[in-house]
Amino acid sequence: MINVKTLFPLFFSLIVLPVIAGVKDDPVLAKMMVNQLEIRDIGDDNITVWDAQLWAGQDLQKLWLKSEGEYTNGATEESELQVLYSQAVAPYWDVQFGWRGDLKPSPDRHWLALGVQGLTPYYFEIDTALFVGNHGRVAARIEAEYELLFTQQLILSPELEMNFFSKDDVETETGSGLSDLEAGLRLRYEIRREIAPYIGVNWSRKVGKTADFARDEGNSVDITEILIGIRAWF
Amino acid sequence: MNTCRQPVLSRRRFVTGLSSATALSILGSTPLLLGSKRYSDAPPVMQGKLFDLNIAYQEMNFTGSPSIATTISGALPAPILRWKEGERVTLRVHNNLDQTTSIHWHGIILPTDMDGVPGLSFGGIPPGESFEYQFDLLQSGTYWYHSHSGFQEQTGMYGAIIIDPIEPEPFSYDRDYVVLLSDWSDESPSNIYNKLKKLSHYYNFRERTLADFFEEADEHGVANAWNNRRMWNQMRMSDRDISDVTGYTYTFLMNGQAPADGWIGLFDRGQKVRLRFINAAAMTFFDVRIPGLRMTVIAADGQNIQPISIDEFRIGVAETYDVIVEPESDTAYTIFAQSIDRTGYARGTLTPHPNLKADIPALDPAPILTHADMGMGGQGAHEGHDMSGSGMPTFKMKGSEMPGAGMMGTGQAGFGSSTPVKHSTTEFGPHVDMRADNPNYRLDDPGVGLRNHLQRYDRTVLTYADLQNLYKTQDTREPQREIQLHLTGNMSRYMWSINGTKFADAEPLHLSYGERVRITLVNDTMMNHPIHLHGMWSELETGDDHYIARKHTVIVQPGAKISYLVTADAIGRWAYHCHLLYHMPGMFREVIVS
Ligand SMILES: [Cu+2]
Repeated sequence: MINVKTLFPLFFSLIVLPVIAGVKDDPVLAKMMVNQLEIRDIGDDNITVWDAQLWAGQDLQKLWLKSEGEYTNGATEESELQVLYSQAVAPYWDVQFGWRGDLKPSPDRHWLALGVQGLTPYYFEIDTALFVGNHGRVAARIEAEYELLFTQQLILSPELEMNFFSKDDVETETGSGLSDLEAGLRLRYEIRREIAPYIGVNWSRKVGKTADFARDEGNSVDITEILIGIRAWF
Repeated sequence: MNTCRQPVLSRRRFVTGLSSATALSILGSTPLLLGSKRYSDAPPVMQGKLFDLNIAYQEMNFTGSPSIATTISGALPAPILRWKEGERVTLRVHNNLDQTTSIHWHGIILPTDMDGVPGLSFGGIPPGESFEYQFDLLQSGTYWYHSHSGFQEQTGMYGAIIIDPIEPEPFSYDRDYVVLLSDWSDESPSNIYNKLKKLSHYYNFRERTLADFFEEADEHGVANAWNNRRMWNQMRMSDRDISDVTGYTYTFLMNGQAPADGWIGLFDRGQKVRLRFINAAAMTFFDVRIPGLRMTVIAADGQNIQPISIDEFRIGVAETYDVIVEPESDTAYTIFAQSIDRTGYARGTLTPHPNLKADIPALDPAPILTHADMGMGGQGAHEGHDMSGSGMPTFKMKGSEMPGAGMMGTGQAGFGSSTPVKHSTTEFGPHVDMRADNPNYRLDDPGVGLRNHLQRYDRTVLTYADLQNLYKTQDTREPQREIQLHLTGNMSRYMWSINGTKFADAEPLHLSYGERVRITLVNDTMMNHPIHLHGMWSELETGDDHYIARKHTVIVQPGAKISYLVTADAIGRWAYHCHLLYHMPGMFREVIVS
């Protein structure tokens, strides 16, 4: 079986080459994006959720870090990190590969990631990837987002995410097949391009085996939350 | 706020900077350096044969908050250099910056090592050092000069050049003013460039909204409105993408004056006033008019043309137009230069009395690109679907037919190319987001935002089809060969190139000394690009081989093609590039004439 951790140094040495070769028209830049930093279930559990990304690199080659997770009552409940090398392959599409680590909840899981990120006709932003883990585990994820401009600053963005797994994983309580889906609707106001507070609603649902696991634990499988947050980049 | 403009500039230092200029005079009649009651804040004038120009950092204030500019001899715009045709000028440029600098004499025919392009003409002027330019003046007219290093031009390094002719001019006038247009930002240029790379529509606050769609659905029905969007949606292009950098960050200047004050030019009733318009902006095209006054265009890019009377003209970045106006009454007139995307304007006043001002017109509606601007074929084919209300005129050359087609190998001189448009393999990939399938000559198309202005506003708009040289074409040879170049890019990644290859990866273009060549430019993007060839004239083919207009900068409209003839009579290494400052790093070629 491939050990994802051993591939990591190799992967890093690959990305250094294109990133250091800076020419005048194509400087090495970095962009930090906090796409979501929000509080859900306000007043009760005050769950803090984040989804942040950082890229560094040039026009066609970039290094991406993607982090998302959940923080409740002083503890990180969920946390995922991806480190990806990104190569532009079409005007609106990048192919990305690298490592994904599910660091929380324990036990942690490591995956080799191969994804595609870009913009479809009719302006759907897509981030989708296939993940290969230890013990022959395969997972897949599709994320789609759309932006609807009410005004130049008031923007509604519907969002959809689905996760699939090839095998049951009892320890992490994920079942095979479609495991969960999540839909969000966020209305943001861009005070300036870089800073936008928002309100929204998030609905998530565990399905199939994953739902069974949750029920066994006495957890709910269908959650709708009102949220408030801030989006920022620089 | 005039007083804020030169707060750190002592008279002594300024005069030192001019010490070797043989004379210092001011256009208009007010002393520039004394007192704060200047009503005509024209740039200072330096004239003679020997000039010392000092490049330095200087605090400026155009927006209410101070900001550091790079200036030439303490002025923004830089001093007007007034030369005389036939003379030899010497210019000693002293670099007081902490970075390499340079000055390029835009539109001047000169030896390659005097052209001022670091890396091609010379090594640039290192910090603390000086460089002496020296060349003969073989031409007359209105030109300009600017830094060719990094993004220094954006921060204030630009000024006008006037070369007085040996022969008497073929027109008369009583007053002579430079009207230099530019765009100022308190943001550093590298910040602007980096923001565009991170979010290409950062400065565009005219994107389509839901309300736009409902309006169109209301007007044309939901199905039609949806169909109309189809092409744009499928191509992931925005029809509101007019300027990369807008009035959101720019303050537009006329002779260094922000719109709140405005530049003032004086006249007496009955006088003929010559206005030398220069677009020294980094990124902004301007549409210029003077409500109440018709303008007679007498020169384009410094070269006299057959006079043409118009109400409005577009001036691309780096172009110049000379016009004569004849105000007949004792009233004031506003010189109104609105940015192409209508996010702001530069303003001045022509007036018989400094206290007398005219109304400032409202900005025209923001332009919206049409299918023709995507190069989907012109001839008004998509006019019915054109939601902008500015239907396309039919595009044709001035000559009623195109005798060139089929006659010569590539098309007869003066009439444009008959060679098929071909996209090279380097145009395919992640760095190029579109290719014009059917680009047309659109010489009589005034361009997006100016169409149908005669019907709508009773304004006659200048087009390239109107440009005819006042004098006979000097090189009457047929072009020996044709070079087709495609202007390419990826707007969302903010990458620019020629034939899909950016400057860093490109081989130089080779011209044989003495040859007559046609260059056909095809615009595979949805932006206007002002293309500037150094060292040689770009002789614009507008359908007349006898009086071909000579230009140094040629606008290529989105989705269009255009041709010009070049006589390769200047040995050396020359720059050839888009003059939009943030396109230039990629959309650039070296041209070698040998
Ligand atoms: Cu350009």
